[in-house]
Amino acid sequence: MPSLNLLGQALVSGVLIGGIYGLLGLGLTLSWGLLHLINIAYFGLAFLSAYLTYHLGTVYHVAPWFAALLLLPAFFVLGVGLHWSLARFRVSGLVSLLVTFGFIVVIEALIQIIWTADFRKLELPYEVPSLRLGQLYIPTLELIAWALAVLFAVLAWAVLRWTYFGKAVRAAAEDPAIAASFGINHRVNALLIAGICAASAALAGVFIALTTTLAPSQIFSWFGVVFAVVIIGGLGNPLGALIAGVLIGVAESMTMAVTAPAWAPLVAFSLLIALMIWQPRWL
Amino acid sequence: MKKREGRASRRAVLGGIAGTLGASALVSAIRPLKAAPSGQPVRIGSTLALTGPLAQTSLIHKAVGEIYVELTNKKNGFLGRPVEWILLDDQSKPDVARSLYEKLITVDKVDLILGPYATGNILAAMGVAQRYQKILIQHTFGLPHLAKYEMQFPASPIGPEPPKSAPIPIFDLLAASKTPPKTIAIVASKFPSTHFIGQGARAEAEKRKIKEVLYLDYEFGTRDFGAIAARVKDANADFLYCADIGVEPVQLLDALKKIGYTPPRHYHLFSAPGPLMNSAEGNLALAYTYFEEHPPFTTRPGAAELIPLYHDKAKALGIPYPFFDFQAAASATAWQMLEAAITGTNSLDDKKMAAWLKANEVKAIIGDLRFDGPNNHGPDQSKVKQVIDKKWVVVWPTEYAPPGVKAMLP
Repeated sequence: MPSLNLLGQALVSGVLIGGIYGLLGLGLTLSWGLLHLINIAYFGLAFLSAYLTYHLGTVYHVAPWFAALLLLPAFFVLGVGLHWSLARFRVSGLVSLLVTFGFIVVIEALIQIIWTADFRKLELPYEVPSLRLGQLYIPTLELIAWALAVLFAVLAWAVLRWTYFGKAVRAAAEDPAIAASFGINHRVNALLIAGICAASAALAGVFIALTTTLAPSQIFSWFGVVFAVVIIGGLGNPLGALIAGVLIGVAESMTMAVTAPAWAPLVAFSLLIALMIWQPRWL
Repeated sequence: MKKREGRASRRAVLGGIAGTLGASALVSAIRPLKAAPSGQPVRIGSTLALTGPLAQTSLIHKAVGEIYVELTNKKNGFLGRPVEWILLDDQSKPDVARSLYEKLITVDKVDLILGPYATGNILAAMGVAQRYQKILIQHTFGLPHLAKYEMQFPASPIGPEPPKSAPIPIFDLLAASKTPPKTIAIVASKFPSTHFIGQGARAEAEKRKIKEVLYLDYEFGTRDFGAIAARVKDANADFLYCADIGVEPVQLLDALKKIGYTPPRHYHLFSAPGPLMNSAEGNLALAYTYFEEHPPFTTRPGAAELIPLYHDKAKALGIPYPFFDFQAAASATAWQMLEAAITGTNSLDDKKMAAWLKANEVKAIIGDLRFDGPNNHGPDQSKVKQVIDKKWVVVWPTEYAPPGVKAMLP
């Protein structure tokens, strides 16, 4: 019988990894739900950002927080450019999945040329001790990542729900032609959304660099679970992606705590299949 | 006077030039007898996982192979002919490796093939080699019981039964310490060549009456080790045995640190050497090896020549851990075995070379290798290394440790 402390620690671990899932899923869910582009290039952008954070930290001794300040606007521009090129060639739907997969392959090759296929680990020159809550330890970096994931998700949700820009984006997602007839410039709005998605991928990348060991092929290791997060959370729903991320993270972590950890990867897809069969209204 | 001096000097210069030219001509005339391979190149075909999840280690094999071919061509090549290495990228995928070996044999018509990296891809290549009856010397096949092809030869001295033999050195080391462990936690990655050694560690612990307080296996590629770390902490064993691979040791130790736990003694099977050595949590970590860059290993055949060149090459390729470790040694050994078989038979005939290897011992950088055991394996030469002062050193068996170095077991 697992101890309460073990279960509590597994719960903390699951909630925090859920934040990273949510942050990585944010770009994909907004792009898929609002722009009708299955833009998986965000996985590649997240890892490019992670490697740039590593490079800035180890070669130029730039603090990761400062690196984030540089990378977020840069990736916003990159995201805008990427979307512009997709729109220019009228790439949409399933074709976008294939095209953006091609972008990932290019990004992976680029990373491998610059940083080689070997493992890279960003070692901070100072200790970042975990916080303690009774017997439980809460890793600080993961907590910050989770807090920022919540902030990004809530902000994105609030903007989409309550601002004119958000309403315009949602209207254009429903029917671009009708939205345009009401004076909505959906092309510009789409560019802004794509920029925000890329910036959120860059932020996820900074935390991937801070909390994991990097290798180019790891880009693909996040695919399955983040796809499940996006589908369970509901397309175009940033809060849904965060909640689904936490749900899957906790389910995986609890599975590891009470049974063989080898069962954990089945959890995300079992949940997805169960929800597909159940078909709740919010899915 | 001055003029005469000038003339004498001119004569000396002219004489010098004539002498140099004469000597050069003599050297040029002699050299083809001793070196400078000529004629049709001997074409060696192989694949490596230059991209994909196994690319980190393949980079080491690529560097060593390039150095070996360069050195060989500076000498007498193979049978006096230059060596050409045709290297293809199998993308870490066994199906791609299989197709590429077919291509190397049937389209490129290479003279000989050399194994890819790692277990899955080697197994795929082995099937092709068997179909075309080609000798296959491979660096790192982790499942010797599956290597049934009679013309495959392993360069890694892991013995025919790694689950039985590989865990023994670490358990022997711990048994010889002042405080042998009474309890053990075992975590095993479900990577083929690690998982079954993890099972072997369980059996060895049971045999030695060490109480197993935790056994976990997890999927290779696990991203988050938080919950696994929580279970390891909860078990609080005297010794943590990890049948892990690549960066998994760093991921687990990092996750343990975040929950305020440092295992008293921890062993990692096939750890990526750089990240673990450089991480703060990696200090005093124990791991598997059969070659490290210090005496007596560095006194073996080819070491003095290969190791300095490897340092330069590794730096040029941006390999973060530029030391010549057991992967590099296995790679160099595969080339040494190939060269020994070619030289020993004076031919490129696959069957003759295989028969020669079966009957002879090869003195290689990795040690003295025999191929007369089950599935062409010789005896196990596994050892234990430890991170001491930010450097990997062999600590068991003690005769392989550098002078004055002993295992540090808290």
